[in-house]
Amino acid sequence: MNKHSAADLKATKIRGGVATDQRHDSAHKHVAGEAIYIDDMPEPAGTLHGCLGLSTVAHGTILGMDLSGVRAAPGVVDVLTGADVPGENDISPTGRHDEPVLAERVVEFFGQPIFAVIAQTREEARRACRHAKVEYEPLPAVTDIGELDPVGGKMVTPPLTLKRGDARAAIDAAPRRLTGQMRVGGQDHFYLEGHIAMAVPGEDQDVTVYSSTQHPSEVQHMVAHALGVPSHAVTVEIRRMGGGFGGKETQSNQFAAIAAIAAKRLGRAVKIRPDRDDDMTATGKRHDFLIGYEVGFDDEGAIHGVDFTYAARCGFSSDLSGPVTDRALFHCDNAYFYPAVKAVSAPLYTNTVSNTAFRGFGGPQGMVGAERIVDEVAFATGKDPLEVRKRNFYGTADRNVTPYHQPVEDNVIQRLVEQLEASSDYRRRRRTIDAFNANSRIVKRGIALTPVKFGISFTATHYNQAGALVHVYTDGSVHLNHGGTEMGQGLNVKVAQVVAEEFQIDLDQVKITATTTAKVPNTSATAASSGSDLNGMAARNAARIIHGRLADFAAERYGVPHDQVVFLPNRVRVGNQEIPFGDLVKQAYMARIQLSAAGFYKTPKIHWNRDKGEGHPFYYFAYGASCSEVSIDTLTGEYMVERTDILHETGRSLNPAIDLGQIEGGFIQGMGWLTTEELWWDEKGRLRTHAPSTYKIPLASDRPKVFNVALADWAENHEPTIHRSKAVGEPPFMLAMSVLHALSDAVASVAEHRICPRLDAPATPERVLMAIERLRTEAARS
Amino acid sequence: MTGTPQRNEIRFLLNGEALALAEVAPDETLLDFLRLRRRLTGTKEGCAEGDCGACTVLVGRLVGGELRYESVNACIRFLGSVDGCHVVSVEHLKGGDGTLHPVQQALVDWHGSQCGFCTPGFVMSLYGLWMRSPNPSDAEIEKTLQGNLCRCTGYEAIVRAARAISGYGTAGEDRLAGERETTKAALTAMRDGRRVTIGAGKQRLVLPASVDDLADILVEEPKATIVAGSTDVGLWVTKFMREIAPAVFVGHLEGLQEVHEADGVVSIGAGVTYTDAYRALADRIPAFGPLLDRIGGEQVRNMGTIGGNVANGSPIGDTPPPLIALGASVVLRKGKSRRTLPLEDFFVAYGKQDRGPSEFVERIEVPLPAKDADFAIYKVTKRRDEDITATLGAFHLGRKADGTVETIRIAYGGMAATPKRASGVEAALLGRPWTADAIEAALDAYASDFAPLTDMRASAAYRMLVARNLLRRFFAETQGGSAPITISREAAA
Repeated sequence: MNKHSAADLKATKIRGGVATDQRHDSAHKHVAGEAIYIDDMPEPAGTLHGCLGLSTVAHGTILGMDLSGVRAAPGVVDVLTGADVPGENDISPTGRHDEPVLAERVVEFFGQPIFAVIAQTREEARRACRHAKVEYEPLPAVTDIGELDPVGGKMVTPPLTLKRGDARAAIDAAPRRLTGQMRVGGQDHFYLEGHIAMAVPGEDQDVTVYSSTQHPSEVQHMVAHALGVPSHAVTVEIRRMGGGFGGKETQSNQFAAIAAIAAKRLGRAVKIRPDRDDDMTATGKRHDFLIGYEVGFDDEGAIHGVDFTYAARCGFSSDLSGPVTDRALFHCDNAYFYPAVKAVSAPLYTNTVSNTAFRGFGGPQGMVGAERIVDEVAFATGKDPLEVRKRNFYGTADRNVTPYHQPVEDNVIQRLVEQLEASSDYRRRRRTIDAFNANSRIVKRGIALTPVKFGISFTATHYNQAGALVHVYTDGSVHLNHGGTEMGQGLNVKVAQVVAEEFQIDLDQVKITATTTAKVPNTSATAASSGSDLNGMAARNAARIIHGRLADFAAERYGVPHDQVVFLPNRVRVGNQEIPFGDLVKQAYMARIQLSAAGFYKTPKIHWNRDKGEGHPFYYFAYGASCSEVSIDTLTGEYMVERTDILHETGRSLNPAIDLGQIEGGFIQGMGWLTTEELWWDEKGRLRTHAPSTYKIPLASDRPKVFNVALADWAENHEPTIHRSKAVGEPPFMLAMSVLHALSDAVASVAEHRICPRLDAPATPERVLMAIERLRTEAARS
Repeated sequence: MTGTPQRNEIRFLLNGEALALAEVAPDETLLDFLRLRRRLTGTKEGCAEGDCGACTVLVGRLVGGELRYESVNACIRFLGSVDGCHVVSVEHLKGGDGTLHPVQQALVDWHGSQCGFCTPGFVMSLYGLWMRSPNPSDAEIEKTLQGNLCRCTGYEAIVRAARAISGYGTAGEDRLAGERETTKAALTAMRDGRRVTIGAGKQRLVLPASVDDLADILVEEPKATIVAGSTDVGLWVTKFMREIAPAVFVGHLEGLQEVHEADGVVSIGAGVTYTDAYRALADRIPAFGPLLDRIGGEQVRNMGTIGGNVANGSPIGDTPPPLIALGASVVLRKGKSRRTLPLEDFFVAYGKQDRGPSEFVERIEVPLPAKDADFAIYKVTKRRDEDITATLGAFHLGRKADGTVETIRIAYGGMAATPKRASGVEAALLGRPWTADAIEAALDAYASDFAPLTDMRASAAYRMLVARNLLRRFFAETQGGSAPITISREAAA
């Protein structure tokens, strides 16, 4: 789209407006190897390279740190420790002061950065790190949440309780009840581009940091704190990331801060790009959870009351664990109405890396608990799980209040599920599968259809704001900047479509530029699926301001009433004449009309009282459903996804092609989380799955063999969001629950569907086989 | 050494340019060369261990006089090993007028990139596929992409693009195809039959002129690191930062890439890559096909060798168990002398093989199974493709006319410190009728044969259970029947 073609002045529609399929704005550069990531930027002369020295105990006091060998190693220019941090040795994103840039005195997980080597080359820095001699006095280490008490255990941040009705009384009064526990694993982001920061020192206190981050403003603040300088001295820029998924929301801070400290200290540019193993060892992941549940229900499969405990491995510091565990509770209902509910979070301290944001932000873990309960009720009552799901869905007029007392006002889950049930041919295929299983001793099949309802907005209300900057140049071309960051999700092209639509100019007239704290200040993280909702609105606001000035100018210049100034594709009709957009802009410039504007947006309606557990934290909900069929090998636990059907709604999509990619990609990433992606710590608390050789994300050959994905073409946002679209980044991730439940269904077939498999996640072949063994043993016993 | 004609530089083609480099460190990777020395930053580093494919480039080499382009992982490929090759990076694909290559345009039009970081690697893998198979099946596409990780797209859009490439241009119009003859001539001219020696001490690397020259060099330098496909040695450098000098590269030695068959024995040169072994082994012993398809990704299979898989002695190498089950032998050479020993005896203990200083694995001799024998290989992993074995079992059964077990060889990987036979299980089965009861009765012997470890790939309990169940699976396979005995990517949904 950078190929500049002449504007069509007769067009009836612009090229690249909203609600059209548009390619990713960088696609032609991606494929040519011409898209520039930070490590591809030309390095300033004399650039140095850093490597972080990591701790080798899970918890311990540092008795001595002999870095003389490190300093003496070839190429080494400088070695930094926590004492060398000129400002605050802290990068806690929530201000709890519990996360050092470089640990001093005590280390709290295996792999915690304790020093940094700066050398002439990256290779030399890496080699030098190995010469450190660090002596520790070990302290007691907790590396698994299973060892901890979810009520009395040490927490990194205060827990949350959600309550509606009297759950205890409802469970006790219910005809039937059961309790159980579920383990759900964490997940490494495995962005293909690892963390990287390059800091270039400027004059005075200034420093510019190129950081692969979803949150440039926070990097700016953290770098400023660590340097002890005002925020105005720090500029953070990011053109694009090679994937983020939440892993670059707060985790970029450390690399950026150290690079900036070294750059200012040495007066030279400093780049830090950790090796993949260090990246996976030293940066946070999705929280694993231990979910305790008790549910009261009746023989019809109706849930009467639920009591949940969501204990999470938070690691050694709070990071974003508070909002992550809160969001888990916000999604303990998924799409189900609980007549009475109590849900408690337990953000537990562990001597492992501090866990962080990851697509869904606790929501997936919350929902998995809800789906387990449904499974339990289905097995207990002998009903098809889909029937139990439908029985417990939120209503529209009644049965529509969430555990946090926000009514669900836009519920479309019944319609989605009914449509998908028909299009996926669920009923007939279940019968076919039963017949297959009856005749197949080793290979068994299973099917499941699961819903998703996901709340959209940051639960930290103040985050729901955004800014944008739009310049119109005298030739009519447009420079667009906004506070969101591009990590592959297509945010930039969507926002550009919005601006093109606003001005009624072709999309290639709008140039998207790198996100920088110098153009749009005080931005929120590009997270919580909010990117296009927030930044699209802010950019539209900016465009409308300029649009308004142009309209005023045209009306005045040509002496026509305002309603006779109409922006047509690439031209403006003023009275009876049509003026090319660029010509009108030129005239406006000559008349000294300001052609630049800053836009702003804040999400309306939302509020949240955490102490009471009540409020309206979400502007709206996004919905989807998926149906998966799997085969499992009952001798080894190996499996394959035979078919997945997805129906998802993104409101009136800004760009259906991009949204489809988010849905497909989110589903596969979710499938990885629930199947083959397993984090494994050894007895010393050392993560042993720290590279793709040991940590297995899905491959092309893990895709469902048949994969039918559709957007609900009837959908629109009932709230006035940007062109009535809906957020799409996170919700599709949870569509993958259908795979976990299809596996569970296949496992259940070995005991005639009489016993709930209680299949934990990730459902590796090992967990599948062990579940099969347990069911066979239990079935033989009964 | 004085008698051998030498040169002190490597020569190769990089995209459209002929290069001669006299300064090459033995452990300098092709990726660092491209990115740091040449500023060709289209090729990315994702993992530096040959697992993600972001660094995929094509390497063209002469094989039996033909020019063959293969995808490789530049992150673990050493620069020294590309002597006499044509290295093609993503920067070489666009036309002179800036038009995108059909592979690139298809990916753009089918929304095959999101963050774009893995994309150049996908472009190169798909380019390699399209050159040899312009209209690939989905199975071919998936196999080609086993070594390319994408975290954004879920692959669906990439596969759609891969199916569509030939709609954007024909392989015959492709630049590399058009320049094939001149490239061949240029590469042929580079083959001067000389030994290449660069640097000294910790900077020393050698490319022997021939297998005999290799034998001589190793006699003189008994502690040299032999580098074949570098799919293991590459990680010694990128992950463990070990010194590998003096490094002796053998991947270019055609004398190590020969495959012969005589008297029912296939002799496979130690330098035969997994890709080439497919032709040598899978055509003769079909059970090898699905196994070879699941070793690493295509880039690793294009580099890694059978000889390396044996010589490094890993307990989770995938080819030793089936080779042991077939009764294969390894031929070791030192200077001019050779010795042959049963492969199972080569593996002495964890990290220790029966290979002395100056000795190298020259070839593997594999007796073909009898026509009426049953032979099966089962690899079990966390993720189906491009994963390292949790448990791998190989079964080789000969039955008498009366149905009793005449010969049985069972070998496992992932169950002990070395690839190891299930001797107790074999003994329990030998001479017995081949029946379900006999199988069940033999299962107890596993407890005395193996005591596997728990690690990140699998627990000991799972490994033990699966090992036993694989015997059950093998039995089921010998019984026939219509119900599937295992899941399959190919089976219709």
